[in-house]
Amino acid sequence: MRKVPDNRAWWLVLPVLLLVAFSALVPLMTVVNYSVQDIFGPGNAYYVGTEWFRDVLRDERLQASLLRQFGFSAAVLAIEIPLGIGIALMMPKGGIRASLCLILLAIPLLIPWNVVGTIWQIFARGDIGLFGWGLNQLGFNYNYTGDPVDAWLTVLLMDVWHWTPLVALLCYSGLRAIPEAFYQAAEIDRASRWAVFRYIQLPRLKNVLVIAVLLRFMDSFMIYTEPFVLTGGGPGSSTTFLSQTLTTMAVGQFDLGRAAAFSLVYFLIVLLVSWLFFTAITHMDKER
Amino acid sequence: MLDWMNWTQPVAIFFVVIACILVAMSVWELASPCSERRGFLPIATTRGDRLFIGLLCAAYIHLAFLGLSEISLWVALAVSVAWLLILLRWG
Repeated sequence: MRKVPDNRAWWLVLPVLLLVAFSALVPLMTVVNYSVQDIFGPGNAYYVGTEWFRDVLRDERLQASLLRQFGFSAAVLAIEIPLGIGIALMMPKGGIRASLCLILLAIPLLIPWNVVGTIWQIFARGDIGLFGWGLNQLGFNYNYTGDPVDAWLTVLLMDVWHWTPLVALLCYSGLRAIPEAFYQAAEIDRASRWAVFRYIQLPRLKNVLVIAVLLRFMDSFMIYTEPFVLTGGGPGSSTTFLSQTLTTMAVGQFDLGRAAAFSLVYFLIVLLVSWLFFTAITHMDKER
Repeated sequence: MLDWMNWTQPVAIFFVVIACILVAMSVWELASPCSERRGFLPIATTRGDRLFIGLLCAAYIHLAFLGLSEISLWVALAVSVAWLLILLRWG
């Protein structure tokens, strides 16, 4: 017999739906509406069809920005996830030392994003910043305001400093949830440290890791404040990521139609990726 | 009514169609509830899941037509509708 779920509980979601309608659905519809018009001012808009979409999709500056964005998110994930797992594995299992580690790790997470940008802006300066000055004293020609590679590395390093603790904390909680009996069994089998990690810890971390990857991907994909404060998108446009390009277009140039078309493309990318992650998570739960 | 917030007719039609699809799917669900099944997609899906996948695909199909070719968007629409129906039936 096929089981059919009772869906009546969905009526309870109705108030939230109304709220979301006004906070998200109507604004989203407005964006769709703006994306097919050229708007010069109130009451002065012209219907242009899909012109903006064609324009946005073929704009080399935007394509470069998109590639940069994917590159940045990939780099963020490639560094922060293994590093976070590593830190979580090295943390003490309990007692006052564990609490101390947790507090130390949580500090970067508590700092507001624009302050993180400011901290690194000063920290990385060649003349008064400890990091920049130190690198220059060691003989490296480091200048994040002039060299694109240095700027990139600084933004990346800042993100790693800011968000690896989140991955580490998630992994730490996942590790603590593994029963001691697993380790005892592994010890009886004389499993190596690597085998314990590969066959006990990593599979048990899978769920938290999916969440960590999702959170870090979404956050890094929408990154705005930190690079804006640190480099302002420069030098040139080497650290101008998608959201900053969008803001410049919408607020700076007041190019509403074009910015609306661009945000819809941006939204579709985010929607696709989130859906893939969501499906992966729910699918994993079902398989078990 | 369309003057409010500069609504344009094509966008209005677009959202009315989406709303109609959602209402029709809800009525269909009430009339004959569906359960999850496995089609040619690699995951088990309900009717609503397949609709969502179809609509998301439709958006990307339109973007691909716009960005990569000069072919009329009516072709993209036809392809999207055909793909949506295939997904709903066999997906």
